[in-house]
Amino acid sequence: MSSLKSVLSVPVFKQNPITFHILGICSALAVTSKLETSIVMSIAVTFVLAFSNVSVSLIRRHIPENIRIIVEMTIIASLVIIADQVIKAFAYDISKQLSVYVGLIITNCIILGRTEAYALKNPPLASLLDGIGNGLGYTIILITVGTVRELFGSGTLLGMTVLPLRTGGGWYVPNGLFLLAPSAFFLIGMIIWIMRTLNPEQIEEE
Amino acid sequence: MPDNSVKKTVSVALGVCLVCSVLVSGTAVLLKDRQDENRRLEKIRNILDAGGLYEKGIDMETVYRDRIQPEIVDLSAGRALAGTKYPSGLSPESFDILAVAGSETLGRRLPDGEDPAQIQRIPRYMQIYTVKADSGISMLILPVYGKGLWSTMFGFIALDRDLQTVRGFTFYEHGETPGLGGEVDNPAWKREWIGKRAYDERGNPVITVVKGTVQPDDPAAGRKIDGLSGATLTTRGVDNLVRFWLGDNGYGPYIRRLKDEVTAP
Repeated sequence: MSSLKSVLSVPVFKQNPITFHILGICSALAVTSKLETSIVMSIAVTFVLAFSNVSVSLIRRHIPENIRIIVEMTIIASLVIIADQVIKAFAYDISKQLSVYVGLIITNCIILGRTEAYALKNPPLASLLDGIGNGLGYTIILITVGTVRELFGSGTLLGMTVLPLRTGGGWYVPNGLFLLAPSAFFLIGMIIWIMRTLNPEQIEEE
Repeated sequence: MPDNSVKKTVSVALGVCLVCSVLVSGTAVLLKDRQDENRRLEKIRNILDAGGLYEKGIDMETVYRDRIQPEIVDLSAGRALAGTKYPSGLSPESFDILAVAGSETLGRRLPDGEDPAQIQRIPRYMQIYTVKADSGISMLILPVYGKGLWSTMFGFIALDRDLQTVRGFTFYEHGETPGLGGEVDNPAWKREWIGKRAYDERGNPVITVVKGTVQPDDPAAGRKIDGLSGATLTTRGVDNLVRFWLGDNGYGPYIRRLKDEVTAP
């Protein structure tokens, strides 16, 4: 059972999809200017990852080699549409803010990457855990980046004031850079630096 | 190993498509009511927003019921339809712009060269909203729509009771590029519209969205709005649709009549 446990935990820190495989960067830059959107996006990606992995794994012995990618993409796209519809029904405001990025989960390399690299070769339970694990890895980075960006960019967390702004009579002057996409690049870069310092085996040979 | 025979390939492809399509359409059907309700609230929120009545956390339905009076206007005659005398197929409760525009009797085709907003058909009747205040009507909220770069954009422009000054502007539905044309949703840009002049002395629509930034020393700055950088075509679309709807094919006749009524003793 310890191997199943590591299937879940390894992608969260050691082989994090964003900081180790450097996948899914586009959405990590685009939706993390607020914590709320980061959380909803993370849930959507984790849902799609878990279910696409399980579905592909269940029919892995029946998928013909020549239409493998098409079958995987069909499953992923259907799950993304479902996620998008649910968000539009239950979190309309957030769906407006996430705009195209929910739809773009289809092209998120983490998802096709996990179905190709893992679910095609492993049984459903392990694939489910692998999907959840990678989803959590993605979630941790998004929430970290989203927290830092919203806190320093707007002085709020989940829309609630943490650092009272100068414009509203407080003392904090927000740093507008944190609301722009490049700040997520710097933050993710720093997280990769920290991860590599903690796990020196991640550093490629010169 | 899975086999690659044609029979197997076709059957797996069909099976996957079938299951996926059932799941996707099932979700869409199940959630449709909720999504429609969200869209209705979003429209109300934008009406309130254009009228400057929206604040976070207010009970939108109540404010809408108390302060907003929907009316149906005959565009070419320039008058509001009074009471209950609506042409068949029209009702203030379920006014659907596109359905009315597409209808044989309730809409009409715009002649070539008179369609800068690129909407092809225009309703003969439009639902507009007036904002009630203690001293009568304080504002008109007029729905406008037209083509941007990718999509038809639907929005509202609010005019002050002087029928001259813009009091608010917002889009409630569009599909422009996020970050570029999608910046029509940017509150800072929407605020720029407030206080601008919509008409000149003779009643021609003069408000315009320029390319680039409006120079503060420009004598015509009072009727110009900054363009959105990186979104030339969306900006042009907004410019066209606003002037089209304020002009003779849109609310022009209605506004003129209202002005005459105000000036007449």
